[in-house]
Amino acid sequence: MDKNNGIRKYKTFINSEDYKNHPRKLIDKKNKADNTIWLKSLEDVFDFLNITDGMCLSFHHHLRNGDYVLNDVCKVIKKRNIKNLSIAASSIFPNNKPLVELIENGNVTNIYTNYLNGPVSDAIVSGKLKGELIMNTHGGRARSIESGEIKIDVAFLATPTVDKCANGTGAMGPVACGSLGYAIPDSLYANKVVLVTDNVIEKLDQYDIDGKYVDIVCQVQAIGDAKGIVSGTTKITKDPTGLKIARDTVKLLDEIGLIKDGFSMQTGAGGTSLAVAYYVRKLMEEKNIKGSFATGGITSYFVKMLEDGLLKDIYDVQCFDLDAVRSYKENRNHHGMSASMYANPYDENVIVNKLDFVILGATEIDLDFNVNVTTDSHGNVIGGSGGHSDTANGANVTVIVTNLVKSRMPIIKEHVTTITTPGSDIDVLVCERGIAINPRRKDLLEKVKGSKLNICTISELLEIAHHYTGKPKPSHHTDQIVGEVMYRDGTIIDHIYKK
Amino acid sequence: MKMKIGMCGSIESNDCLIVIKNNKENGNHIIINSIVGDFFYEQIYEVIAITLKEKNLNNVLVECTDKGALDYTIKARLLCAIERYLGE
Repeated sequence: MDKNNGIRKYKTFINSEDYKNHPRKLIDKKNKADNTIWLKSLEDVFDFLNITDGMCLSFHHHLRNGDYVLNDVCKVIKKRNIKNLSIAASSIFPNNKPLVELIENGNVTNIYTNYLNGPVSDAIVSGKLKGELIMNTHGGRARSIESGEIKIDVAFLATPTVDKCANGTGAMGPVACGSLGYAIPDSLYANKVVLVTDNVIEKLDQYDIDGKYVDIVCQVQAIGDAKGIVSGTTKITKDPTGLKIARDTVKLLDEIGLIKDGFSMQTGAGGTSLAVAYYVRKLMEEKNIKGSFATGGITSYFVKMLEDGLLKDIYDVQCFDLDAVRSYKENRNHHGMSASMYANPYDENVIVNKLDFVILGATEIDLDFNVNVTTDSHGNVIGGSGGHSDTANGANVTVIVTNLVKSRMPIIKEHVTTITTPGSDIDVLVCERGIAINPRRKDLLEKVKGSKLNICTISELLEIAHHYTGKPKPSHHTDQIVGEVMYRDGTIIDHIYKK
Repeated sequence: MKMKIGMCGSIESNDCLIVIKNNKENGNHIIINSIVGDFFYEQIYEVIAITLKEKNLNNVLVECTDKGALDYTIKARLLCAIERYLGE
């Protein structure tokens, strides 16, 4: 990665279908030296690969808040005082605090990630990162890597189990995490691939990462803490408001004819999204409907549906709980997939394009249906697209489920603080006071004519919100850009400003 | 004897904690610490000031620690805190 090559080199977002006007760009897949080298410490890896100033190091986030590998690499960077590094980590969580010091000291100057919260986010929003912050989507990161836009020098891939041929899997081992989907593009295109593991076995029959791309296996004491792997929000909400939203969502999905034999779906792992999965299941049982597949981050609810014959397949880029990890290991119809197959707009088999519907959340949504999941209303970075804009674009119907008001803040705004996903890809908003359908979807509006559901406009919902909360004062941001929100096609859809 | 402090509410999401005490002869003083202060400070201030006026309170200090309560919640918490403050 070029050092400090400036934020302005990227094109501005045009629309979510514009990628079709440009051909797929592919760099050559990596060529590795003949033999995989086996090393015993990250220090040895740094020596062997001569990791120096200005390089780009990549990581995946499958171990989430339990990950040790990124932090352990940070320790080596700090000790050697290597400067101007770029970090391409598929997500950055609160446990990655050691990165803050490296940012402050100029060891790390550029960050590429799909999701960011905690101390690293605070440091960047306060203007401490000297180079650029690019917030990708899950599919966009895969596209960035395969096109050489993010040129990875060394991929440090936490791998729960590795065999003697250097094949890697997340299905087993002391910190088994299931699918390693987000690490696969790195393994194919990084200049050097290092599997960091704490469990080596003789032979794997099935694996996520193919040993033929692996340059180094680094055996360490521990790659993570199994307790940190489970995603924070993987239980159905108990909040009656959330349950009402979920019930209304499923009624709507049924009325527009989406719950039928062979349908496919994705829901997020948030409490309300999971409640949608629960009510979808109930409806399927009542009407004796069998679906085809579920995808995305996988939780026990989808696993149970697969095991009970309500779904034929699961396509899994990331396991959100330990039931999903178990199923990924045991069930032949629970398939792993790469981030590219999941969501890369240019992947010929991309799964998101086959989705009948997706249920997503929002921290803000505006009158044009633009959605923000990147910042809060104060301008703090509290997340990022992940697969939000990828699935919103791919799925036939994209539904946002959210409370109308959270802690006095109306979720509907005249304009969102930051655009993560363009309103042209958002079809429906369901909240407890009503359902708004994007006027672009005349077909859906036609289907709900005569419905008993409370169908209204998004402006009407905004008025209801303001009736309860009062009208919030408009927020202001500084003029200094500290980060870019990159749409899945590589264009810049919005900026993140210094606080 | 009058209670020196009246307190009501919680610091749970969507609620607020109101503490009211004597402010000697220095008039009413309102301190607001709200997670949504950037957006609703004036509105919260107004609800508290009007309620104090309705109750004819002139020399009190009100501290409102707010976690996103709606106006009627703030008012209800304040009225209850006032009763406790004035109560025997």
